[in-house]
Amino acid sequence: MTPLLEVEGLRKSFALTGPRTWAARLRGERPAVRAVDGVSFAIAKGETLGLVGESGCGKSTVARCLLRVIEPTTGSIRFAGEEITALDGRQLCNTRRAMQMVYQDPTAALNPRLNVRSTIEEPLRLHFKMTPAERRERLSAVIAEVGLGADLVESYPHELSVGQRQRVNIARAIAAHPSLVVLDEPTSALDVSLRSRIILLLEALQKRLGLSFLFISHDIVSVKYLAHRIAVMYLGVVVEEADSASLFAAPRHPYTRALLSSVPVPDPDFRHERLVLNGEIPSPTKAYDGCRLRSRCPLAKAACAERVPRREVAPGHHVLCHFA
Amino acid sequence: MRKLLEVENLVVHFETNGGLVEVLDDVNFTMHAGEILGLVGESGSGKSVSALAILGMIRRPGRILAGSIRFEGVDLLRLSEDEMSRYRGRGIAMISQSHRTALNPILSAGRQISRLFEIHEGCSRAVARRRALELLDLVGVADPAQRMQQYPHQLSGGMCQRVIIAMALAASPRLLIADEPTTGLDVSTAARILDLLGDLSKKTCTAILLITHDLGVVAQTCQRVAVMHAGQLVETAPIRELFRFPAHPYTQALVRAIPRIDIEVKLEPVPGTIPSLRHPPTGCRYQNRCPQVMEICRHDKPAQVAVGQDHQVACFAFGEHRDAAA
Repeated sequence: MTPLLEVEGLRKSFALTGPRTWAARLRGERPAVRAVDGVSFAIAKGETLGLVGESGCGKSTVARCLLRVIEPTTGSIRFAGEEITALDGRQLCNTRRAMQMVYQDPTAALNPRLNVRSTIEEPLRLHFKMTPAERRERLSAVIAEVGLGADLVESYPHELSVGQRQRVNIARAIAAHPSLVVLDEPTSALDVSLRSRIILLLEALQKRLGLSFLFISHDIVSVKYLAHRIAVMYLGVVVEEADSASLFAAPRHPYTRALLSSVPVPDPDFRHERLVLNGEIPSPTKAYDGCRLRSRCPLAKAACAERVPRREVAPGHHVLCHFA
Repeated sequence: MRKLLEVENLVVHFETNGGLVEVLDDVNFTMHAGEILGLVGESGSGKSVSALAILGMIRRPGRILAGSIRFEGVDLLRLSEDEMSRYRGRGIAMISQSHRTALNPILSAGRQISRLFEIHEGCSRAVARRRALELLDLVGVADPAQRMQQYPHQLSGGMCQRVIIAMALAASPRLLIADEPTTGLDVSTAARILDLLGDLSKKTCTAILLITHDLGVVAQTCQRVAVMHAGQLVETAPIRELFRFPAHPYTQALVRAIPRIDIEVKLEPVPGTIPSLRHPPTGCRYQNRCPQVMEICRHDKPAQVAVGQDHQVACFAFGEHRDAAA
């Protein structure tokens, strides 16, 4: 079966401009931030892929490239068997109907001057020729789907709680019957109890509607509950990819292990085997030959300066590390 | 142990156009010198308002109606604005929630810290600079001399937070209030900031009031926990006791609602939502969310009863209330 979404060798670099880069440009260099530096993955129908990493690793840039909110520099994105990097106009609009996005900040993602009805009807007006009655019907169906009260349809964002606002965002994303929803940190701005509620809602929606999710988060615990497979990103590349169970049971890459060991556990007697990375993420403007983690990695050896092969350490479990 | 802070019967209301909002309802807790107390609850439960009240920063339309806040024996609520300002920074300091906006964007990181020494202790610029350097070193900033010259927009989120912690520690406070110090940070950065707070508390004997909605954060950092719901304090307990025997139904629900990485559990969100504080229900404010609600919960407010060593809970299901209800 061909996957719903196939991404291959996706790269996005942002050219640097301004006075600081003059000298470099005179030398003939073209300074750029390599936000995404060769990312490949696939998502099957009804599957959730978790994309995990710290801020600045390029997760959101991947999401934006998929939806063509920003243009990828190179690489191929095939959605439902069709190459979408070259689409424009009407065709691109049709593709976007099938690929929707939910953003991190539920308040900033809503237009404060549109009430719940107009917000959710907007994609319907855009993508379908519907009579007002049909739109009303779809609206009430979607609202029920995400667990919002029907009495809230005339409310404006400021009248809603944060949890309700995130439900409106999700309702808007699923209104036009998409097959893939990109969730960019949908739970990060929420408190613990709301977070579990939204996770349960997304899980239920996926089962009922057969949606595929790309779930982007730095919160690896939320990802654990939703994702079937997980890709861990560091500095523009995927360093480890595996199905959820084996990633949590046997994480191989030092970066993954460091991420997992810093998750707080609600048990005072639990002590992580802490794997601490030194320093901070290095600048993404450099080109790298070897392992990108080597300046911070406690296991780094001389070999890490050379090109790191992508190895399959178990069926379906890929790691970008010499020693994992 | 010496009591550092005693909050007693604190009542705070906000008078808004939409009516009176009863934000804090009879809050009681104490802190000992050098301890780390976690203040936990969902958003809107009154955690941050409690912190602001301690710092004497409740402004109109907010009003403290009743209660006392004794810091080292002095009732802060009876102090004049001038007297109170002597406690801020030196006695009690605060790390606020958003680490981006807490720093002045047009001052270098070093200058923001060294200014504090000039203000608080009248140091010369050179001395203040040297002490700022020491402080940055203390909070684990690598290469502090270079970082001193950088501006907030050049620093990462974790680095900003370290600078803010350094600023809070500048006047050696006895109590540090950390309001959601790790919200918005990556898990790995958050873990390092929490480690830092724990180390600092040990090294400098500073008590920390750690405000958070995440019981996972509390478990790894605090010695005692106070749980708040809708402006009421529902349970206080030592950390192990709280996780082993959570007494209040709200605490139990909170513990179950945390996604866990160490074991496989089903997610169970806390039922219902925080009641509106505009017209809060009489009696226990958890009544409409509580699976074990009784008749008495709807009329009377449960008082704190002891259910273990240093473990209090405000629920009619415990102590003599239980007999009264039966």
